[in-house]
Amino acid sequence: MKSALRFGLLGVVRLLAGAHADWQGCAPGPRQRIYYANHTSHFDTLVIVAALPAELRAETHPVAALDYWGVSALRRFIAVQCLNGVLIDRSGQSSTDPLQPPAELLARGHSLILFPEGTRGADGDIGRFRSGLYNLAQRFPQAELVPVYLDNPRRVMPKGSFLIVPLICTARFGAPLTLDPSEDREQFLARARNVLLALADPQRSPEPAVPTAA
Amino acid sequence: MHGDRIVLARHVSAPAARDTVANLNARIRSWWGIVFVFGAALLFGRVVTLVLFAILSFLSFREFMSLTPTRAGDHRSLFLSFFVVIPTQYWLIGIDWYGLFSIFIPVYVFLLLPALSAMAGDTRDFLARNAKLQWGLMLTVFAISHASALLLLDLSRYRLPNALLLLYLMIVMQISDVFQYVFGKLFGRTRLSPAISPSKTVEGLVGGGLIAVLIGAALSGITPFPPLQAAGMSAVIVIGGFFGGFVLSAIKRDLGVKDWGRMIEGHGGILDRMDSVSFASPLFFHLTRYYFPS
Repeated sequence: MKSALRFGLLGVVRLLAGAHADWQGCAPGPRQRIYYANHTSHFDTLVIVAALPAELRAETHPVAALDYWGVSALRRFIAVQCLNGVLIDRSGQSSTDPLQPPAELLARGHSLILFPEGTRGADGDIGRFRSGLYNLAQRFPQAELVPVYLDNPRRVMPKGSFLIVPLICTARFGAPLTLDPSEDREQFLARARNVLLALADPQRSPEPAVPTAA
Repeated sequence: MHGDRIVLARHVSAPAARDTVANLNARIRSWWGIVFVFGAALLFGRVVTLVLFAILSFLSFREFMSLTPTRAGDHRSLFLSFFVVIPTQYWLIGIDWYGLFSIFIPVYVFLLLPALSAMAGDTRDFLARNAKLQWGLMLTVFAISHASALLLLDLSRYRLPNALLLLYLMIVMQISDVFQYVFGKLFGRTRLSPAISPSKTVEGLVGGGLIAVLIGAALSGITPFPPLQAAGMSAVIVIGGFFGGFVLSAIKRDLGVKDWGRMIEGHGGILDRMDSVSFASPLFFHLTRYYFPS
């Protein structure tokens, strides 16, 4: 039932947003990874999960904000049951470490999808990164840090609108980041952000093997 | 067509030549797919055909707008374009309202959407954004819909169903496309415009076009035209189809892309196949209409 719903939901996403994966800097594989992406639309999580190959979805968990996705039973169902997400409490009011749920998953060898900006950015900008990415990267150095640029979900459903425009979205997966022990938190986050910004440049996919000459 | 594939496949062995044959086969396959789907739709009647073309317009428009940048201020215009303009255009054809079908997008939509966009208040790149949206609608919705609009023409001297005329348009276009490619690869020497399209050559256009015109004349029996006129109409389809591909290649170079999309097994998107249809259809439609004053 759950996987049928997930299949249906992602099918609708593909129809509406044509979620396409562009593996520029690495290849999809069962390696443990922390994917981090820019955040512009509620569609982001759906697009990136739809872009991942089906066999990776069971062990790749998008990190979702409790104060949005935990608000109603339906949203919680979509985020946790359908998309295999993990909710974090970013209000800062809980007594436990907010990163505990995702950390537990990483400890089990699973992968995560993070949105380090913490909130949806405005037209085209990538905001300042929160520290969650740094903390998790430090605690789990064996996980590959893969930047993912999401192109177009912002245009499918921008902040402030509920009309859906069915444009084709691309998830561009870049080359993994290496950890530099000499960097402090701010330097690391700035570097991670710059790498993501570089991916935003329209670097089209490499030419197909058989040219489609017009 | 099947015979060509086998003959070519047997005679080539070098990798580059094999790639060409593979490309050609893929082209032929995808075009046959189009003709087959159209044929089936035409058998099921006008509504199915119009729905099919509406879907093709939807997918082509989507590919076009996914690659041309817009801003949040265009969101409402885009939503209306996808979910109101496209269905309305095809509905107008379905109810035989030629007068409104022919001016709906070039006049009413052209005026309304920029007005909506202006009300959203974002003036950055205002002209470019709205121009691209109008271009997208004119190309993928207005122009392509003219192919299906052949169904609403009242052709007094024509005893066969209009659907055959639409099939004729598609067949001549496929033959033109495939043979231009073949002649281009076999005899192509003089490039027409290396900056825009590295593979379009004079030899390809003339050779392939001539074959398409000859076949178009031979097929005149299923059209309302006598053979000479059918040859003329086929020439219009060839030239229109050629420039459709040419102009859209120029746009693709401008946008820095190779293909519009990826829907057709690694050989491009829907718009990559429909680009020739977009220019040829309005020409063919209006010339046919002019030829049969009602």
